[in-house]
Amino acid sequence: MTTTDRLRLGVALEGAGWHPAAWREESSRPTELFTPNYWADLVRRADAAGIDFATIEDSFAVQSGSPFGADDRTDEVRGRLDALLIASRVAPVTRRIGLIPTVTTTHTEPFHISTGIATLDYTSLGRAGWQPKVSPRADEARHFGRRDIPEFTDREDPRLWEIAAELFAEAEDVVEAVRRLWDSWEDDAEIRDVATDRFLDADKLHTVDFERRSFRVRGPSITPRPPQGQPVIAALAHAEIPYRFAAASADVVFVTPQDIAGATAILDEVRRAERDVARTGEPLRVFADLVVFLDADEPASDRLERLDALGRPLSSDARIFAGSAAQLADEIAALGELGYAGVRLRPGVATDDLPRIADDLVPELRRRDLLAGDGGSLRGVLGLPTSVPNRYAPALAG
Amino acid sequence: MSTRARKQIILAAYVGGVNEHTAWEHPDAGSQIAFDTFRQVAQTAERGRFDYFFLAEGLALRERAGRVFEHDIAGRPDTLAVLASLAAVTDHIGLIGTLSSTFNEPYELARQLASLDHLSGGRAGWNVVTSWDAFTGQNFRRGGFLTREERYTRAEEFVRTVQELWDSWAEDAIVADKQSGRFLADDTVGRFSHAGAQFDIEGRFTVPRSPQGRPVLVQAGISPQGRDFAAANSDLIFSPFSRQPEAQEFYADVKSRARSFGRNPDDLKIIPGAGFVLGDSRADAEEKARHILEQQLSDKAVQVQFEQLWNRDLSAYDIDGPLPSIDPDPEAPPIIQGKAFIYQDRFETVRRWRALAEEKGLSIRGVAAEVSARADFIGTPEQVADALDAFIQNDGADGVVLGGHVTPGGIDEFVDKVVPLLQERGSLRTEYTGSTLRENLGLPVPERRGALAATV
Repeated sequence: MTTTDRLRLGVALEGAGWHPAAWREESSRPTELFTPNYWADLVRRADAAGIDFATIEDSFAVQSGSPFGADDRTDEVRGRLDALLIASRVAPVTRRIGLIPTVTTTHTEPFHISTGIATLDYTSLGRAGWQPKVSPRADEARHFGRRDIPEFTDREDPRLWEIAAELFAEAEDVVEAVRRLWDSWEDDAEIRDVATDRFLDADKLHTVDFERRSFRVRGPSITPRPPQGQPVIAALAHAEIPYRFAAASADVVFVTPQDIAGATAILDEVRRAERDVARTGEPLRVFADLVVFLDADEPASDRLERLDALGRPLSSDARIFAGSAAQLADEIAALGELGYAGVRLRPGVATDDLPRIADDLVPELRRRDLLAGDGGSLRGVLGLPTSVPNRYAPALAG
Repeated sequence: MSTRARKQIILAAYVGGVNEHTAWEHPDAGSQIAFDTFRQVAQTAERGRFDYFFLAEGLALRERAGRVFEHDIAGRPDTLAVLASLAAVTDHIGLIGTLSSTFNEPYELARQLASLDHLSGGRAGWNVVTSWDAFTGQNFRRGGFLTREERYTRAEEFVRTVQELWDSWAEDAIVADKQSGRFLADDTVGRFSHAGAQFDIEGRFTVPRSPQGRPVLVQAGISPQGRDFAAANSDLIFSPFSRQPEAQEFYADVKSRARSFGRNPDDLKIIPGAGFVLGDSRADAEEKARHILEQQLSDKAVQVQFEQLWNRDLSAYDIDGPLPSIDPDPEAPPIIQGKAFIYQDRFETVRRWRALAEEKGLSIRGVAAEVSARADFIGTPEQVADALDAFIQNDGADGVVLGGHVTPGGIDEFVDKVVPLLQERGSLRTEYTGSTLRENLGLPVPERRGALAATV
């Protein structure tokens, strides 16, 4: 098995964990969810274990049990901090792990996203990524008051898909604008030539002049091209429209197969989307998302059952795994055989399942020689080219 | 001097980016963008028991006639992201950033600043600025510029809206009782509704009340409207006056405006930007200051400064020759873009500069030196400590924001040589006394206002 055949392992961090009752577990630190040490502890733990990247969830809306709007529950974690700032806060206290915050594309300025992620790339020394996400909810739109998004109550409502298509098209534009801004400084634009009194070479700075229906950006960026050139873009996708968005815009896609047959079908769909959008260059690195509960003193399935009984049972877009580290390693190996680049694990209870991933699963995967290992920058860790041509730089002769 | 207790000097440090003040030609000049640069300045300032680290914002690169300036420092990180990273490598120092109320939205900025306050354990601050030009607007959704009046109208409502969002969670909104299963005190936590001319928004805010209640609010403004705005709302005023008697006049005026808004004037701190140059003797320091000024006044920097005022291509003029006799051209499209226009009246300023040149027999460069000299505290460490302390104790200000001429080592000398002298005099603490920025600045925690939840 070559390094490129080996697998990468990510974790998705969300509050106290992905189970709505995770905060009630013995190990949980619900009063610390808004403190820096809580996040630093989790990400440092993942970093020390050699986990390749951590994504940090975010939304402009308070968490809800309903997909369409806020609920009035008081028995689950509500409230969250800005994910880009959490990632920025943990960057200097971690060493190798990639940091991939969620930033939505629907209500934000592409210019701010580009400088924010570029800055994370500077402060993490080349470990930054970005998970772009659309905000389809009416209540989020009302937080901004700039655009109307209709209120939905039914997942099958055809207008929902119209809106989704519109928002993903916009997301594609936002990513394109951000990528251009990252390239708007050539790597050697800063020359510091005392003799000619020139700090910059203006020929190596470029306007991007990107204009679409909902926004425009002139450029160049205020922030020089980040260390990775192009930080990693990773998108979660469940259906054709987001697959096409990922194929057009991302380096990495997170998908949600429920079993091996589904995993094969999704991989085919992703590759078809790549052909449909005429993707060039590196193929998408496809990661399967799994919500995980790992065996400890208490069997994972008992734990899940106990948590489900406390309030709202866990339901998820991704497969819910409850079992031993060895069983999970089997599933991960099987996904690898199909052509998956790796998995992104969503710990059911952050303070229980992240340590189990670090202490039980990672050593098990290492024993089987399934993990890729090193790589330097996040691009390197994911097996992406670490030298990224700048679209504005003249091609080097010869 | 009165019998009033000695004022504690408030100190802040900044890293200049996109400017002509920082000497990038200096052999000790380091990276303007690497995180280590920001880490070093923030940690040095913390060693000197400074109150806060300050980061200005740039939203567009400066251009002359459609081409990016090549001679000034340019390139800087995102304000919020770098401050959040600095929170990881410092323990006490405040982290204040400039963020535009023109090219941000209240909901997003309120949650970012509240997040920074949580992630720094109560050390966040926001320097509110309005952005002024269509040129910068080309990088943003809302695009074009606002008139002076509209900028203030939007800024005022922006600040009020952000404060409403910060107030939307009560201190005790999170119960987090594992036994009973109650996480929130009630189901209205974070509810807000704001209907105004600028913003019509409602919903639920995602960030619980932060350690400082509200991050520290900083504003600038020298017009009567700007002074009122700042006196009514801010915790700190970033002032341009670092010399007496203008500084004292401004200080007295703004504090009395604060009083007229029903505030305790001590709850509003006035902090100008200031420069310093240290030497073994006054003559040595003055020589160094002259050298720094020469580096700042490169031919291109001076040309651009004059071109901005004249709004004309002045490349044909000798920088060491007489001032242009030609008049400014305010009607032409701006030749200089992305640089704040600080002159109130173009023609009046030109008249003044010509008179200055006439009176002192100055060249273009000579006038530039006169009008842009910015090192305020020049001398031996003892002389600088004396002058700074006298400036503060005589109510020129409550503190200063210091920038070194070289990044990142520019404030090292100040921290090593002047800080101990200020501490000996009892004008600067020797240890941090509070845990939040507000506590260190001696500012009260604002009371939570108009809890919507209670009335619904």
